[in-house]
Amino acid sequence: MKIHEYQGKQLFQRYGIVTPKGYPCFTAAEVEIAAQKLIDETKIPVVVVKAQIHAGGRGKGGGVKVVKGGAAEAKVVASQILGMQLITHQTGPEGQKVQRLYVEQGLDIARELYLGLVVDREERRIAVMASTEGGVEIETVAEHTPEKILTVHVDPVTGLSAYQARDLAYALEIGKGTPSPKETIGAFVKLVQKLSELFEKEDCSLCEINPLVVTKDGKVVALDAKITFDDNASGRHKEWIEQMDKAEEDPVELEAKDAGLSYVSLDGDIGCLVNGAGLAMSTMDIIKHEGGAPANFLDVGGGATKDQVKKAFSMILSSAKVKGIFVNIFGGIMKCDVIAEGVVAATKELGLKVPLVVRLEGTNVDLGKQILKDSGLSIQAADTMSDGAKKIVAAVRAA
Amino acid sequence: MAILVDKNTKVLVQGITGSAGSFHAKQCIAYGTQIVAGVTPNRGGEQFEAAGPDGKKVVVPVFDTVADAVKQTGANTSCIFVPPLGAADSILEAFDAELALVVCITEGIPVMDMLRVRRVIEGRKGRLIGPNCPGIITPGACKIGIMPGHIHRIGKYGVVSKSGTLTYEAVGQLTALGMGQSTCVGIGGDPVAGMDFVDVLKLFNDDPDTEGVIMIGEIGGNAEERGAEYIAKHMKKPVAGFIAGTTAPPGKRMGHAGAIISGGKGTAKDKIAALEAAGVRVAPTPSDMGTTLRSLLEN
Repeated sequence: MKIHEYQGKQLFQRYGIVTPKGYPCFTAAEVEIAAQKLIDETKIPVVVVKAQIHAGGRGKGGGVKVVKGGAAEAKVVASQILGMQLITHQTGPEGQKVQRLYVEQGLDIARELYLGLVVDREERRIAVMASTEGGVEIETVAEHTPEKILTVHVDPVTGLSAYQARDLAYALEIGKGTPSPKETIGAFVKLVQKLSELFEKEDCSLCEINPLVVTKDGKVVALDAKITFDDNASGRHKEWIEQMDKAEEDPVELEAKDAGLSYVSLDGDIGCLVNGAGLAMSTMDIIKHEGGAPANFLDVGGGATKDQVKKAFSMILSSAKVKGIFVNIFGGIMKCDVIAEGVVAATKELGLKVPLVVRLEGTNVDLGKQILKDSGLSIQAADTMSDGAKKIVAAVRAA
Repeated sequence: MAILVDKNTKVLVQGITGSAGSFHAKQCIAYGTQIVAGVTPNRGGEQFEAAGPDGKKVVVPVFDTVADAVKQTGANTSCIFVPPLGAADSILEAFDAELALVVCITEGIPVMDMLRVRRVIEGRKGRLIGPNCPGIITPGACKIGIMPGHIHRIGKYGVVSKSGTLTYEAVGQLTALGMGQSTCVGIGGDPVAGMDFVDVLKLFNDDPDTEGVIMIGEIGGNAEERGAEYIAKHMKKPVAGFIAGTTAPPGKRMGHAGAIISGGKGTAKDKIAALEAAGVRVAPTPSDMGTTLRSLLEN
């Protein structure tokens, strides 16, 4: 689960990580008030209006504007950004509608750096990455100049050690040109250790500050905050529910998540209902292999109930892009009769207007087949997943 | 022979009184697995009843702690069905009781918990399979996990896989071709887990009863690439492969927590190329895993 920059910065502040002063806003009028307040409080005439969407690359897309003309100008800028479809390299071509803004004090920036934490699955540690190349896409740095990314790993027993943070500070030459290098290095070390602590305690899977800035007076400030939480830990973070912005999520994927299903929307026209992530992925692959295109990835999981299967099948049935459906089940824990009952219940409510191919195998397969047969639905049976994929691709072509 | 588990393996089930734990413990007992103990804190002294393969009643004592269960029953392997937020604790409890093998079925353990678990069990003698996996089975001898036992046959071919249902798919195909299995190991689809492809391939390589292997991977991480490296250098037996997720869009988690293409890394294309370069014959579709292995044996 992702959160907005301003929510990330609120979390940073709780951990003592320095951020610029700022206020989240939902209307241009709020922006004007917030901008005036910032100017009064900080005595700095410059504010920054920032679009709050979950994707990166907002600046390039026109979603971040520096305002030097006071609160009235901030209001005008805000009204231009609010409601726009912001397109960045991470949003896809349709972009993401801007519904929230963050207004922040301007800073006198000396240097822009990069700091990011991720779970390094191969090292089985949290990796702390830092680079002098801040403010640009880190993916580009990684591809063209990987030597400019410094990495240290966090031992779960000790947390990030001070010497590791110092290593990064010296490699980045963080104190260079600042009024008091010792203080700047100290501030950086504290920030990196706090961020590492936050990452672990808040169950993050990604935490990025790009850019992390050194101001002309030598302060180390998080100018951005990008945080992704590990969904598996949601059970011990009840506060995440309030942080979620449903407008940023795919509505169908959200509906599936609420029903305990794993669903990903795709561009094709063949709906798939499968049990197991690997089988669901390879069902997509085999449809493509046979010349078709999958409309979705849908894993009903191992322990789904009849109601969950019904919900899953209803979601496929009610999708306008679906021209045919392939149910592919190898029952292990999942019993074939539960699948069959769910499918029949959903079609009773919504009707079946497209071709349906069903391949059932495994636990209670005969019972499942009997339920489908007794339902009187128009179903093509398949013996193997290859057979099923061929049949559904042919049926969709013929329709 | 087979690998890791056989008819002498003595299994305790952590979470035996829960709904998943009790259901699958019964299935394992019905298959003939020696389930010798159950563990659920504060339920010690209870008895868990099930029916063996011959239909006769089997009574399994329940203990408060793994240490007690081991002391009283001589269990050497654990199977964990504890809910996600408590599962890491259960893995550590099993390792502290010095079990040889810990099989964790639980899906949805926070990755931070698994980072700590891996750190603590580093260098220990015991082995961890999973989490988020179907378990391990040596057909005709010992089933530990949630796979449907009846699709397996005793035989000479090993299966190692990140995906549960694709393992069943492969096993179903092998059985239909008359090719039984030595042992099938589901290593799970989490980004941070226990045994990986290399660990299991090594065991199959050294097992005189295994004559060929099917290895099933998926997008995300580079465990498949490391497996390919091992195969190229050391594997003496034919390996057929399959990688799920050729058509998966980048940046999207495909069901498994670990199945995600991030920063252009972990694609099916790269993995297939690595396997093929290592001499693995990769099945063109998941329906061809069994026949692909058979074609290698005919050469």
